[in-house]
Amino acid sequence: MKKVLLIIQREYLTRVRKKAFLVMMLVVPVLIAGMTKLIAYVAKDSDQVSKPQTVKVIDESHLFEGKLKNAKNIQFIPTDETLDKAQKGLADNEDLSILVISKDYSSKPVQFLSKKKPSFALTGEVENQMNEIASTNTMLANHIDTALLNKAKKNKVSINALEVTDAGTKDADVGTSMGVGVACAILIYMSLFIYGAQVMRGVIEEKTNRIIEVIISSVKPFQLMLGKIIGVGLVGLTQFGAWIILSVIVTKTMGNNASGGIMGALQTLQHIPFGYILFCFMFYFLSGYLLYSALFAAVGSAVDSETETQQFMFPITLPLLFTYLLSVTVLFRAPDSPLAVWLSMIPFTAPVAMMIRVPFGGVPAWQLGLSMGLMVIGFVCTTYVAARIYRVGVLMYGKKASFKELAKWFFYKE
Amino acid sequence: MLSIRNIVKQYAGHRALDDVSLEVESGKIFGLLGPNGAGKTSLIRIINQITAPDSGEVYFNGERLNQSHIERIGYLPEERGLYKKMEIGEQMIYLARLKGLSRADATTRLKFWFDNLGMESWWKKKIEELSKGMQQKAQFVATVLHEPDLIILDEPFSGFDPVNAELIKNEILELNKQGATILFSTHRMESVEELCDAIALIHKSHKILDGRVKHIRNSYKNETYLIEYTGDKLTFDGSQPFNIVSETDGDDNSHIIKIKLNGGSANDVLQYLLPKTRINMLQEVIPTMNEIFIEKVNLTA
Repeated sequence: MKKVLLIIQREYLTRVRKKAFLVMMLVVPVLIAGMTKLIAYVAKDSDQVSKPQTVKVIDESHLFEGKLKNAKNIQFIPTDETLDKAQKGLADNEDLSILVISKDYSSKPVQFLSKKKPSFALTGEVENQMNEIASTNTMLANHIDTALLNKAKKNKVSINALEVTDAGTKDADVGTSMGVGVACAILIYMSLFIYGAQVMRGVIEEKTNRIIEVIISSVKPFQLMLGKIIGVGLVGLTQFGAWIILSVIVTKTMGNNASGGIMGALQTLQHIPFGYILFCFMFYFLSGYLLYSALFAAVGSAVDSETETQQFMFPITLPLLFTYLLSVTVLFRAPDSPLAVWLSMIPFTAPVAMMIRVPFGGVPAWQLGLSMGLMVIGFVCTTYVAARIYRVGVLMYGKKASFKELAKWFFYKE
Repeated sequence: MLSIRNIVKQYAGHRALDDVSLEVESGKIFGLLGPNGAGKTSLIRIINQITAPDSGEVYFNGERLNQSHIERIGYLPEERGLYKKMEIGEQMIYLARLKGLSRADATTRLKFWFDNLGMESWWKKKIEELSKGMQQKAQFVATVLHEPDLIILDEPFSGFDPVNAELIKNEILELNKQGATILFSTHRMESVEELCDAIALIHKSHKILDGRVKHIRNSYKNETYLIEYTGDKLTFDGSQPFNIVSETDGDDNSHIIKIKLNGGSANDVLQYLLPKTRINMLQEVIPTMNEIFIEKVNLTA
């Protein structure tokens, strides 16, 4: 045990003392702060750039009269002008557009005319408002009372929370959860790769340097592997910790006037259970890291140089890559779908899949518990398998390892 | 000191060691000889507990070899290597601590060794900044820093220039004088004759010869003598009490003949030759380890 501590200490210190580590530690928060500044600046700028838009409304149905509300940068002006006449005004005014609502708007599409292609924000806003008004109108026309109407609206909300909402805050929460979920998944995915690869490179270094034989005449191969994995893992934790602390410090010192920046994001983050997510993140980072880095160590032990790792890396990283791609494209839209639930149970895919689900809340305790339990079993198993391959692999030189060979190594006696 | 009994080690496809037994006496220098691929490294790895034998036992000072003995063994592998990016002083201390030394002890001993070998200015250097010979020296220090009772050296002189090889040889002898038992494997037979008290020859996974160097060499004497004489070249008609193996002419009218006794003794040879010429030298030819090595290996090949 004392020797494992010594190894951990060496692995940790040699990495933390590297210039690259310090540079990464300092550069990333500055980059983050710089990015938020930039985004805030761009957002502010684009607000100024997009001039107020005027929308002339020709409402032949008379159903929307007075019901379209002026929004930010959008002003609705009801008009009795004919379409032809109004259309002439478009030629010399870029910020003018005409909304034409025919008598029977449900069968004949509503037209939106402007000189330039209208922005998505503009048409989206108009569409939203009109949908709202139209559905209300339809229900009122059918003598549905307000209580029922509200209920119906609520039903609609729960069917698709993303497209129609009755309150702005609700929308923001889902957005934040999605953002946090995807960010966590990306972060876990990348860090598993980065630190797993560091373990692998460390093993290859020891093997090609031939120091391995000296070391394992002093300690057992398993102790060396464990020490390396834990040492590198601690480097990862240090890096994350430093980033979080430095990011907060940098954004604070860069001034609170960057209201739209990370502070704003942090404020919305307060709506979500930060501690709970952080705990889950740390758990899935650590268990996922232990699971994968053991496999990476086994791969490192089986090859003589980094270029030979390809054939083994692919099958190992496939489940991770697969979940990652699914996560950022599909899963974050359906965090409670059966696919998401299954993926968050399988230890190889759980770190990414579960971190997508957790920020949305509502992951049943039993699922979280089961997933975490399986993670622990998973990394114990992979560590056991990896250690058996590792102890043989580190002493094998010049032998081109295949999967068959690895299986043989696994069954070798001491 | 070290007793190896009936070791068998099987790898997939071939048997690296087949029923090998050895006794290494305490305080002696023991040479492990054998051609490449004979199983020397396999045996050394078993003694270092890097691998375990399939059957057979190893006893260290009478105790069954176990983890506690690791700290009393120093091992210099044939393939040398250190962490390239690590400072040499720090690295030596790390390796010594893995062998159970405290940081303070390791530091003082390292200072002693660095002084001893003229490496004082190296402390803060990284391994990659050192020449190959310097790295070898550093690795030797790392092997003996924890003052092991048994020092195992796999081809210790490979990679050293003659000056440093001599330096290391003297250090090995000095360590041996202080009581350390040395087990080293080598191909260099002249260093075997110079250093080793006893040897074992391993060939094709079997031990084919072992014992004290002197005994082995004496037992391989085959009544061959070198004789140098001055004067006219002698001709032998077959009546002489020996067989001629070879004849060479030296400078200044001197001649050297290599002979093999023919039932008689060296005295008979002298008696036969003395009246005929002036004898400068008569020397019994004791086979070198090199000759024995080659003979034994070829015999069993």
